[in-house]
Amino acid sequence: MTQPNASPRPTWDYPKYEPGDTVALFIPCYIDQFFPEIGEATAKLLTRYGVPLAYPEEQTCCGQPAFNSGYWEEARGVIHQFCDAFESYKWIVSPSGSCTAMCRVFFEHVDPDERIVGIGQRVFELTEFLVNILGVTDTGARFPEKVTMHSGCHGRRELGIFEQPLTLLQNIRDIDYRELPNIEECCGFGGTFSVKMPGTSLAMGKTKVENIVKTGADVVTSIDISCLMHVGGILRRDKATRHIQCKHISELLVQE
Amino acid sequence: MSDHQLHLEGAEFLKAENAGLFEPKGSVSMGICAERSTKHNQDLLRQIPYYQDWRAAANGIKDYAIGNLDKLLVEFERNITARGAVVHWAKDAEEANRIVLDIAQENNVKTVVKAKSMVSEEMELNHTFESAGIRAVETDLGEYLVQLAKQRPTHIVTPALHLSAEDVGKLFSEKLDEPYTAEHQALTDIARRHLREEFINADMGMSGCNFGIADTGSFVVVENEGNAGLSTATPPIHVALMGIEKVIPSIQYLPQFLNLLARSGTGQKLTTYTHLFHGATPGKKLHIVILDNGRTNVLADPKARMGLFCIRCGACLNACPVYRRVGGWAYGWVYPGPIGSIITPHLVGMDKAAKLPFASSLCGACSEVCPVKIDIPHQLVHLRHRAVNERSPMNLLSERIIWRAWSWMFQGPKRYGLAMTAVKLGVRMARFLPWHPDKLGAWTRGRELPQVPGRGSFRKWWRQEGKNLKPAKKD
Repeated sequence: MTQPNASPRPTWDYPKYEPGDTVALFIPCYIDQFFPEIGEATAKLLTRYGVPLAYPEEQTCCGQPAFNSGYWEEARGVIHQFCDAFESYKWIVSPSGSCTAMCRVFFEHVDPDERIVGIGQRVFELTEFLVNILGVTDTGARFPEKVTMHSGCHGRRELGIFEQPLTLLQNIRDIDYRELPNIEECCGFGGTFSVKMPGTSLAMGKTKVENIVKTGADVVTSIDISCLMHVGGILRRDKATRHIQCKHISELLVQE
Repeated sequence: MSDHQLHLEGAEFLKAENAGLFEPKGSVSMGICAERSTKHNQDLLRQIPYYQDWRAAANGIKDYAIGNLDKLLVEFERNITARGAVVHWAKDAEEANRIVLDIAQENNVKTVVKAKSMVSEEMELNHTFESAGIRAVETDLGEYLVQLAKQRPTHIVTPALHLSAEDVGKLFSEKLDEPYTAEHQALTDIARRHLREEFINADMGMSGCNFGIADTGSFVVVENEGNAGLSTATPPIHVALMGIEKVIPSIQYLPQFLNLLARSGTGQKLTTYTHLFHGATPGKKLHIVILDNGRTNVLADPKARMGLFCIRCGACLNACPVYRRVGGWAYGWVYPGPIGSIITPHLVGMDKAAKLPFASSLCGACSEVCPVKIDIPHQLVHLRHRAVNERSPMNLLSERIIWRAWSWMFQGPKRYGLAMTAVKLGVRMARFLPWHPDKLGAWTRGRELPQVPGRGSFRKWWRQEGKNLKPAKKD
């Protein structure tokens, strides 16, 4: 799909992965606690491609909630915690576009220290890592459902991640992929925006839900479960849309 | 205190409890209009073969211009003064109002016709004229409608975006005593008939300025209706208002800027009219008021400099999912939408406008369409950082304490584990609460809370199983 706005998506020069290199998993706080199955799917998926994994237990969060709220001093301590935890790893992979964008793009805003920026730039989003670094476009998964994809803004606009999850998704066996109308429009989550301006956030979310309903899909997937926490919350509020499930893309890609 | 600023402090949709949803009346939905024009305009932009290079170049030229305002503005003044124009410098809106009023009073002006100018809105010039007993008539159709309705513009390029043809028909029958019609051509004819009278009888004409050109000492006004041409050419005096950021170094860059502005703003390859003013017409007077009004505050913050690159095309408003839903008034001041959220705090002060940078989901649609590549979402987070640290309504001790605690909890995996267990417990308990306070209530007003999994965390799984996962042998 072409980019509707005239600005191109960002592109990166990806480093080369040497087989046997250990990948450290960065499992964002809300996934660790509320969606552990996504972390599990991520780990299983990566080991399938012969990637040795590590999970530095000192990790907590990328600092994004405080950063987006303006509390950069408070975010800095958490970012340092992150960097201490991941310092010794060359590769860091996370099942979240938004958290990856925080590390790769925004660490620099909070602390332009070379070490901090360098560690942030070693973080890759899962589908990006699979497609751009491992060269995987088909995970061999089978998922015979009607599925639509939501594309999170941070992953797409800050990191240029759009085609990667789409390609992986479309190559799933027996999937009935339905394109989401107006796929580029924000779902209205925006982290603390969702509770600071709940009316506007909800109005945006409801438009997203209308578009999801239009596709007739039974499953909405995304590289960002944070957006889907908000979208899913709206879907589950209404009897008519309660059946539509929200799943992280790793959960689909890991299906055999 | 002007009513603009009072309005800003009460900016309605920025209050957490207020949905503030913009309910378009009449046949035209504002959000749909904005959405449609984004699609159309972006297609038109793509027709420029080197569009991305043009954007990058425009950004670079603006960067140079804003970094050299001291030289370029003086060069502009010298060159245009040599051809009979009089240049005035105004530090703030008050000084600019006085300068314009003095010109009007010295020349015994009774009626002023005005082409579109956002700087005039910033100065609330009409208010000044009114207090001095001078009739000021907006002649841009959108501005004319908004003035007749005693409203404010909802958009910087299309001020009456919120009015449908039916609304306009009613407005004309009420205010101009015309028979009601909602037929577009008939409405245009009515406006034209009334405005022609005004042009002929006006003593002074006013305009804004889209670009000031230093090397030739010229300035540019673009428009589509012909009203700017009539406002500036018909009366014996022309007063132009120009923000200091409008200057570009050379006329050689103008074609690119005109293209970017028209395509991004109104979805045209070029605007219908492009007026270049090089000096006073013999027998007539030309005054140019160059206004700071807080713009140098942007210069004082190196990270915010890009805010001054704006060419006021309105593309970011149209692209913004928040603006599409709340409309322009919700932002409380002259410049709504994403660009307003990054410049208003500088122009009117963080103490009054600190909430604006928070009026965004940081989705970034704005910077994707910006023809001069302003990094709006990055500016927004920068301003949020400033807002919570400076004297502003967003600098709250209670929030600071919460984030301090959060930061401490998240700087140790054990503490983090405890905090998250408490959060999960809270989420589980929430369904039994009859009433949800504050942020929790804000979430659950229209959304279900996430389901707490009936199993342990990922961390726990990793310790028990995950760490034993064997990487598959590569073939």
